[in-house]
Amino acid sequence: MKSHFFHLMPYQHLPADFARRYRSVWVDVPSQLYDPVKGHVLYNEYLDELEHADQAGFDGVCVNEHHSNAYGLMPSPNLMLAALARRTRRAALIVLGNSLALYNPPIRVAEEMAMLDVMSGGRFVAGFPVGSSMDTNFAYGQTPATLREKYREAHDLVMRAWTTPEPFTFNGKYTQLRYVNVWPRPLQKPHPPVWIPGTGSVETWEWVARNDYSYSFLSYFGFKPAQHSMQGYWETVERVGKDRNPYRAGYLQLVAISDSDARAEAEYAEAAEYFYHRCLHVPDHFFAAPGYMTPKSMQAAKTPFSFETLKKLSWKDFVDEGYIVAGSPATVRDRLRAVVEELHVGHLMLLLQFGNLSKEQTLRNTELYAREVMPSLRGLWSEWTDHWYPQPLRESERVGEPARFVAAEA
Amino acid sequence: MQRAGSGPPLVFLHGAGGPMIGAPFLDDLARHFTVYAPAHPGFGPGQGVEHIDDVVDFALYYLDFLDTIGVEKPHLVGHSFGGMLAAEMAALAPGQLDRLVLICPAGLWLDAVPIPDFFTFSPEQLVRTALHDPNGPVGKMLLAQFREPSRALESHRCLASAGKFMWPIPDKGLKKRIHRVKAPTLVVWGASDGLIPTAYADAFQRAIPGSRVAILNGAGHLPMLEQREAFVDAVTRFLRR
Repeated sequence: MKSHFFHLMPYQHLPADFARRYRSVWVDVPSQLYDPVKGHVLYNEYLDELEHADQAGFDGVCVNEHHSNAYGLMPSPNLMLAALARRTRRAALIVLGNSLALYNPPIRVAEEMAMLDVMSGGRFVAGFPVGSSMDTNFAYGQTPATLREKYREAHDLVMRAWTTPEPFTFNGKYTQLRYVNVWPRPLQKPHPPVWIPGTGSVETWEWVARNDYSYSFLSYFGFKPAQHSMQGYWETVERVGKDRNPYRAGYLQLVAISDSDARAEAEYAEAAEYFYHRCLHVPDHFFAAPGYMTPKSMQAAKTPFSFETLKKLSWKDFVDEGYIVAGSPATVRDRLRAVVEELHVGHLMLLLQFGNLSKEQTLRNTELYAREVMPSLRGLWSEWTDHWYPQPLRESERVGEPARFVAAEA
Repeated sequence: MQRAGSGPPLVFLHGAGGPMIGAPFLDDLARHFTVYAPAHPGFGPGQGVEHIDDVVDFALYYLDFLDTIGVEKPHLVGHSFGGMLAAEMAALAPGQLDRLVLICPAGLWLDAVPIPDFFTFSPEQLVRTALHDPNGPVGKMLLAQFREPSRALESHRCLASAGKFMWPIPDKGLKKRIHRVKAPTLVVWGASDGLIPTAYADAFQRAIPGSRVAILNGAGHLPMLEQREAFVDAVTRFLRR
């Protein structure tokens, strides 16, 4: 099994009464709340945390794309991976991902991702989310009713651009290009691994399975809702005649490790509540614009989801409900093994920084995971080959540490 | 499609809320006209919205539709989103219509008077914004409909379909085409419309030479429900003039 360090890069300085005073953390969150001086510190701390994860032995580092929000400060996650490409050596650089319908023309994504793949020596993983309704429909003005069709067309264009060896003409409904000819070319052949993040959309399962992509179930509500979705996914995988290779799936989990179970609340409760009460302060009217969800998915979701219910929950609920796996290394180890085995996932994405968790506490959480938990999970699924992990250049072919041009003072 | 009455043909195009089949104002109009009230593709029982990409496609679809059902030179009455479609049809095919009635139509945009983001409205917000009297019988009826789960799902589908042609701003090029409208035109507006404010009545009147405006007091965005008699009277007098 592989462990990946996932970062959302939240804004940590929302006021305590944020959820009462403002109607949303997304879309129309007042921009006066953002202090770029504090933002400067945050970006650099967050990059430190990601670099630390690489050095601590994580298999990958994950970043993602969000717009007009204080929940995650990465309108362009590719910029973050560019910064990491030169400061990490081992970890896969996973973007989860670029919301294809937002790029005009979408070959911009094929180009930037190819750059990252080449720069990193083939450590890149390409994630293609549809994108949240807040990001796509509200912040980026995409028409809900046609978002998914536009996304699929952009996907087809990007994949053809990566795999077609000569220039070609693309006559799409949303993009027309007389000359598609992406330079540079991705280093991994035929293309970087493709992971598709989702939160349980029924149509996505079949599409992912048929294309032999890896499905990443990204949710902050732990094992129980994941169980329902992953069961649906694995049933679909079997129905379309694919094997049950666990690396066809990834799963995101918030994890909080302390020296003992008793210490976890004191160390993590404030950050967890910041995350669930402030970072996820999304009103229903922005969560799903009319037409964002397909009729099929709307019917599958028996009761409409609402973030408002989170406001009633606190640390004990988060842990009891499994939203957060917390406690001593032994507790976390046992719990994660059970979750991973039950969900049958090969790629575990760990959210070890959440809410306003400090850099110091994040490094410690990361360290404890890497030292006390990761080794015991590594052997899981060893009978399967991971076809969805990057195939980088051999060490001998790769450029070494970035050069230093100023001699150290004697 | 609902078809009722006798007399000169009148086609009614409904708004983003969905078909108004069985609404009393349609019965009133059917005393003087043969009323045709279709459900748009993607609304209510209407299918096939996936074949319609933009508002011009939609207008052409309805012009073909009139040919198909054999209706010649009808009066065209459109409400809100349906008013946007009616104005587009009148601009694209000036010779194919008799008279035009636009009820609180969408389709234009004034930076100084932005139309609120009704796609994000809760039922309560919608009723509060759209109606003159949110606590009156029309408000009660609408809220009761929203509380019924199957109707709530249906109105979600209507809004999703309407969004295809009005997202994120209901300004899709009518301003370039509206000068082509030649049909005698009546613009009807509820004085208390908070959804599309009455400033837009002036904008439509300016854009369609010779058009008249009737502002109905005691009504908001649904004047044919809130002030049914005054509405039917204004429309009937204009069409029978």
